[in-house]
Amino acid sequence: MNFERIREKLNILADAAKYDVSCSSSGSNRKNTTKGLGDSSGMGICHSYTEDGRCISLLKILLTNHCIFDCAYCVSRKSNDIKRAGFKIQEVVDLTINFYRRNYIEGLFLSSGIFSSPDYTMERLIEVAKKLRLEENFNGYIHLKSIPGCSDELMREAGLYADRLSINIEIPTVSGLKLLAPEKDHKDFIKPMEKVKNEIIQYQADKKLIKSTPVYAPAGQSTQMIVGATGESDKDIMYSAVHYYSTYKMKRVYYSGYVPVLQDERLPALGTEVPMLRENRLYQTDWLLRFYGFDVREILNNQHPNLDVDIDPKLSWALRNMHLFPVDVNKAEKRMLVRIPGLGMLSVNKILNARKYRKLNWENLKAIGIAMNRAKYFMVCDSKDWERKDLEPAHIKSMILQSSQSKYQKMYSNQLRLFN
Amino acid sequence: MKTHTLKYDSTFEGLLTAVFTVYEERLSSVLIVEERFFEANFFSKVNEVFTDESKASRVWEGLKEFQQFRTSVYRSFLSELPDKEVYILDAIRYVLKTRNDKDYGQPSVLKLAQLTKQIGREKHRMKAFVRFKRTKDDVYVAIIEPDFNVLPLIARHFKNRYADQQFVIYDRKRNYGIFYDLNTVELIELDFDDAVLKEALHDEEMHYDKMWQDYFISTGIKSRINKKLHLRHVPKRYWKYLNEKNPL
Repeated sequence: MNFERIREKLNILADAAKYDVSCSSSGSNRKNTTKGLGDSSGMGICHSYTEDGRCISLLKILLTNHCIFDCAYCVSRKSNDIKRAGFKIQEVVDLTINFYRRNYIEGLFLSSGIFSSPDYTMERLIEVAKKLRLEENFNGYIHLKSIPGCSDELMREAGLYADRLSINIEIPTVSGLKLLAPEKDHKDFIKPMEKVKNEIIQYQADKKLIKSTPVYAPAGQSTQMIVGATGESDKDIMYSAVHYYSTYKMKRVYYSGYVPVLQDERLPALGTEVPMLRENRLYQTDWLLRFYGFDVREILNNQHPNLDVDIDPKLSWALRNMHLFPVDVNKAEKRMLVRIPGLGMLSVNKILNARKYRKLNWENLKAIGIAMNRAKYFMVCDSKDWERKDLEPAHIKSMILQSSQSKYQKMYSNQLRLFN
Repeated sequence: MKTHTLKYDSTFEGLLTAVFTVYEERLSSVLIVEERFFEANFFSKVNEVFTDESKASRVWEGLKEFQQFRTSVYRSFLSELPDKEVYILDAIRYVLKTRNDKDYGQPSVLKLAQLTKQIGREKHRMKAFVRFKRTKDDVYVAIIEPDFNVLPLIARHFKNRYADQQFVIYDRKRNYGIFYDLNTVELIELDFDDAVLKEALHDEEMHYDKMWQDYFISTGIKSRINKKLHLRHVPKRYWKYLNEKNPL
């Protein structure tokens, strides 16, 4: 094995794959029953973290960065003058197995530039997964990228070997896609998603009748959208996210702040700061929708097409809906408790548990570890001390901002810095 | 000062036997201590506990309906805290008396819950941070120095995962390890010599070691760098045995 050459390829093809943010390695259920290699029946494990703080759980690489497309936002676009490389199928298999055996990774995340045709590319990806499963008896996690425009038949086969399938919609609006990736058709993205969704439903139904039905993409499918490459609003992004969650039963939608990698007049200039704060607010919104029972229209609508940057979306929603507060923590239903700014699911469960035994006052809440900074303006408890009834939303907001520290503060603070 | 002191042999069964003895002899003022940490004093009557499987299992069975609490007791034992026995005995007494193992208002019950959480975190970290090196005779060897004695808690995870590969995970701090020989996991004690280990490594090891470091660097995004977050996830005390941080 020519290690020098492989090392070089690995550097090129890992570098090109890193903008895909998904690193999930959980949600599968592939037990090691045959004394083979690997087991992905437990929770996901992050084996290391990059210096930008993101989890490294999977060997995330492209099969090749040769590509026939010229999408403006992509570092591997045809017209970009970069080093190109391509792995042989066996090389990816060997790397994965050897990294896995050393406990570096949970599995493989394989994507690819599109060479000759979508089907040809997809076949190669499937070939890698198939080899790992059948020849190496590998039960680790495999995440395969679905190639836009590939055939239903191949998507069906891919799910038999992969734990997760994903296809990145990248640009949230159809018009944005036309602008940045004129050769790609929106329908080509949708077709594999539709197929995977239907196969998952079909296999789950079969499983109920015939126990030996093989698993099909047990960790579901996901997608990713680039944030800040075109002029889309937060509303555009979240409304399409909701569409993908509901129509295609996505396990996750990822949001990826656009990292300027090349000069193009359709895109933000090189050196533009990555919109990490905006990305963070979108993830918070995503969580509110999936776990906190919010409807997207409550948070983003025509009056509020964009999320506030200086405060989180739940607080922002609460300040617009002061008539629903204060909430009595000793009486309110869970559905309302989770809407109190500053309370997460853990805190809410602690409150629900603790209030079984006694009526809670401010001291009790503090003792069980509830963060009060934001929450105190929006709730009452077993205590007379609640004197903030007449505060205006703007006043509450400024008090919260004054008493809190955010690592993003420099991005939105417009106060003059007179001292230090 | 306690009127009775019970010395035990540092095993978990020994500790449970000691708890049994406390009940059997109706000792109210008692200190349980590992024999190796025992220091004599004039005021306390000292008894040596002889580890007895059947006594130990009676205590264990007595806690059967409190599954979560049992896990807490075992994990707190692995914490190696000098006065862990004080909390464990007190919590067991409280739970058996009140039949309630979730009253975190009780200081010892709370302490056990906190220790359990800490140890759970360390256990999860070790599942992530173990780094094997392949040797010439095809045994994969990893060295760790965890904050707590978590090796017994992670053995099954690695056995399931690497069912077809022989491996050793060695806790250098506590000077013992586990060895999986494709059938069972056994406890081992070794004299570890870094030079010998280096000599024994497979020829390919250096290449994969290097590629992992390369991968670690190329998968990071420079324009998003966030060292503080990085350090929170990978605290410096673990770097010693992480090859992406500390190359061969």
